[in-house]
Amino acid sequence: MLPDAVEHHHPALAHQFDSLEQQKEAATLGMWIFLVTEVLFFGGLFLTYTTYRHLYPDAFAAASHELIVWAGTINTAVLITSSLTMALAVHAAQTGNRRLLVLFLIVTMILGTVFLGIKAFEYYSEWEERHVPGLNYAFDPRYYRHAQIFFSLYFLMTGLHALHMIIGLGIMAVMLRWSIRGTITPEYFTPIEISGLYWHFVDIVWIFLFPLLYLIGRHAHV
Amino acid sequence: MSEANPGGAAHPAHVVPTRIYYVIFGILMLCTYLTVQIAFFDLGILNTVAALTIAVLKAALVVLFFMHVKYSTRLTWAVVIGSIFWLAILLALTLTDYTTRAWQTFG
Repeated sequence: MLPDAVEHHHPALAHQFDSLEQQKEAATLGMWIFLVTEVLFFGGLFLTYTTYRHLYPDAFAAASHELIVWAGTINTAVLITSSLTMALAVHAAQTGNRRLLVLFLIVTMILGTVFLGIKAFEYYSEWEERHVPGLNYAFDPRYYRHAQIFFSLYFLMTGLHALHMIIGLGIMAVMLRWSIRGTITPEYFTPIEISGLYWHFVDIVWIFLFPLLYLIGRHAHV
Repeated sequence: MSEANPGGAAHPAHVVPTRIYYVIFGILMLCTYLTVQIAFFDLGILNTVAALTIAVLKAALVVLFFMHVKYSTRLTWAVVIGSIFWLAILLALTLTDYTTRAWQTFG
C-alpha cells in the first residue's frame, strides 16, 4: 500500500503529509495561529482607544459625531455581504462548482473594492472638514486636543483595516486565478478556505470598529 | 488510481448547507440595523454595553458559521479560545491600571 500511495498521491499533496485531510488541518491551524497574532495586534489598538475614551469621553463623543454614519453603516452592510459571498465561494469550491466559485470570488472582490471606495470618499470629506491631525486639523476649542487623539486613532485603525482589505483583495486575485486555472478542486480547496478565514477576520475587525468609532456620539451631540 | 488513492481522497469535508449562510447573513444585517438604531437613544452607559454585546454576537456568528469553527477540530477551538483569553489578559490587566490611576490613595 505504501509504494502505491507514494506513486499516486494527489498533485497538491505535499510529501510531509499523510493525506490531504491532514494537510488541510495543518493549513487551517496555521492560519488560525496567524489570526491570533492579528487579534492581539488590533487588540492593542482597541485597548489604546478604550484607555483614551475613558479619559476623555466628551471629546470622543464630539469627534465621533463628526464621522459620516450612513457611510459607515453602508460599509458594514457591504462587508457582511462580502463575507456571505466568500462563504458561498468556499461552498462552491467544496462542491466542485467552478463557475459559481469564480462568480462569488469576483463578487467578493467587487464588494471589497466598493468598501474601499466609500472609505476613500470618507477620508476625502474628513480632509475637507479639516479633521486630519498633523495635516489640516481644526476642531471645537473645547475638545481641540483630545478630539485629535480620537481622529489619530480613527485614521490609524481604519487605515490598518483598509490595508488588510487591500491585502485581502490581492489574495482573492490569486484565488481567482487558481480557480479559473482549475487548481482548486473539491479534493483541494484549502487555499480558498483559509483565504476565506482571513477575509472573515477582517470583517470581524470592522464589526467592532464601526460602533466604537461611528456611533458613540450619536445621541449626545445632535 | 481511481479505486485506490490512499494519499489523495480525504474524507469529504463538512459542507455547510448554504441555507445556514443566508440565515446568518440575515441575522448579521438585522444586528447592524439594531446597533445603529440603538445608538440614537440616550441609554447612558448601556449604549456602549448594547453596542459591544451586539458586536460580540455578530463576531461569534461569523467565527462559528462563516469561519466553520463550529465544525472544526478541537485543536482549532483551543486556538480560538486561546486568542480570546490572551486578548482578555491584555485588556483586563492594562485597564485595571489605567482606570484606577485617578483614584485617591489612602492617607
